[in-house]
Amino acid sequence: MSHARTKRLTNIILKTITFVILVLLFLSEIFFSSITHFFGNFMVVVKSYPYRIIANNMMFFLFGLRGKIGGITLTILVAAVSLSLAFITGIVFGLMRYSRRWWLSYPAIGYIELIRAVPLILVIFWFCFLPPGLSKQLKDVSRVYYAIMAFVCFTGAYVAEIVRAGIMSVGKGQMEAARSTGLTHTQAMTYIILPQALKNMIPSFVNQFVSLIKDTSLLWFVGVMEFTQTIFATSNREVNTDVTMGLYFFAAVVYFFICYPLTASSRWLERRLGVGER
Amino acid sequence: MKRKIHDLKVEASIFIERHRFIVFPLVLILIGLFCYFVLYELLIVKVFNIEIKYELNYAVYNTYYIKATKLTYIQLYLSGVYTTIKISLISIVIAMSLGTLLAVFRLSRVKILDIFAKAYIEFMRNTPLLIQIFFWYYGTDLLIPDFFKKWLYGQTSTEFAYGVIALSIYTSAFIAEEIRAGIQSIPKEQMEASRAQGLSFLQAMRLVILPQAFRIVIPPLISQSLNLTKNSSLVMAIGVVELMAASRFLYEGTYRVFEALTVTTVIYLSLSLLISFSINQYNRYFLKYIRY
Repeated sequence: MSHARTKRLTNIILKTITFVILVLLFLSEIFFSSITHFFGNFMVVVKSYPYRIIANNMMFFLFGLRGKIGGITLTILVAAVSLSLAFITGIVFGLMRYSRRWWLSYPAIGYIELIRAVPLILVIFWFCFLPPGLSKQLKDVSRVYYAIMAFVCFTGAYVAEIVRAGIMSVGKGQMEAARSTGLTHTQAMTYIILPQALKNMIPSFVNQFVSLIKDTSLLWFVGVMEFTQTIFATSNREVNTDVTMGLYFFAAVVYFFICYPLTASSRWLERRLGVGER
Repeated sequence: MKRKIHDLKVEASIFIERHRFIVFPLVLILIGLFCYFVLYELLIVKVFNIEIKYELNYAVYNTYYIKATKLTYIQLYLSGVYTTIKISLISIVIAMSLGTLLAVFRLSRVKILDIFAKAYIEFMRNTPLLIQIFFWYYGTDLLIPDFFKKWLYGQTSTEFAYGVIALSIYTSAFIAEEIRAGIQSIPKEQMEASRAQGLSFLQAMRLVILPQAFRIVIPPLISQSLNLTKNSSLVMAIGVVELMAASRFLYEGTYRVFEALTVTTVIYLSLSLLISFSINQYNRYFLKYIRY
């Protein structure tokens, strides 16, 4: 069958199918009523889009309550602090995981597999609700610190896997060459392997940062005033329920505008560094 | 001496490899016993002085949910596990079909479909799931057509239906990317070669490309469903009583945080280990012969 003929045939089939579906839909009353319902109410939502509420609460969304840090600032701050701490944890556990000594690699495997198996919210609950019950001094510590510990513990396991993959992507020949020039294993690791591996890991780190920013929305569960919580509080305060959809859509768009440049840049870096070609 | 130890090691690894269906569960049981005796008996009881009693069978009718359903805590837990598995299974089926549709849109030559699918995938991947759950649950009430609303509120648990909607829409974006990557990972020459053999486009797709793509795609799809199982703990935000919510009820009622979270961790761990064990088995048997 020639190419042109296939194209023509598929074209005809597609047109008939769409025609039949359209006719069937227009005949049915359900479709008609639901369409009118949807567009009618959609106009209500668009007309009552909460521009004024968003404008009035802009400082609340950006910086949280007065005198305390919160809102988008807290979201990004928690993500950045957690990632930089998780970087250290991840490198330590990734090297342990890569090690050939069983007493180093087995604990690392246990930690990584355990953390990767449970949901983040469970880790947050462990860190936020267990320590306050243990002693009175721990009760007064702000929940943000516990949450940051939970994020570090959780992200560390994922970063460890990234580090291990990065080291494995460098190639065995590098290590052998370094050892044959007289460097010890540690020296070869720090001066030869890790710098190359870190370069390969950059896109994955950016992706991890994006998922961390998304995950900070889970602070809603423990009552920290970050961006999701501010949106939730604002939508609860409004009497008019038509604005709820607009508010949550606004939140989604803000998260998108924070996360999408990072995702795009990670993709660009991947192409630039040629990580995917290996 | 060293030689002998090496031989022993090799023999042991062969033994483990051969009897892995018995050895791995045994090791898990041993780890559990170790945790019980060393961590619990020594650390928790002796050092921290925390008294632990697993009295899951008495019900303190403290929360509204337990009052309404008259469940004991163990029943609450079991129903939580059941709800988690149910919501994951239903959402994964819907997400798979949606994701396949989106992947086809992504690969199609019609530009509008491609742009639509791309925008959908990027938007869903770059917004948090919690915001999406809130959006569907609190926001879309006005826009839902009447017949759908009637069905939705006729459900025994409306929150469950909303949770399924949010989870499947969120996961479908990830699944679409996986499927697209799987189809694109088959080299172009395969298609050209099969067309040169005289197969039509659909035949080549059905007989040559898709079977291979399917094999490559299955492990990432399983790991996506694992992610979905973990993400399903977020629907407790809108009041679905799944595993995490059940454990929350338990420790809020009895102040036994440690026990509640331990039980939940063990259940999640065993669920995930089951799934990752199946991935490994799959890789071992089916992906052996694929090399690119």
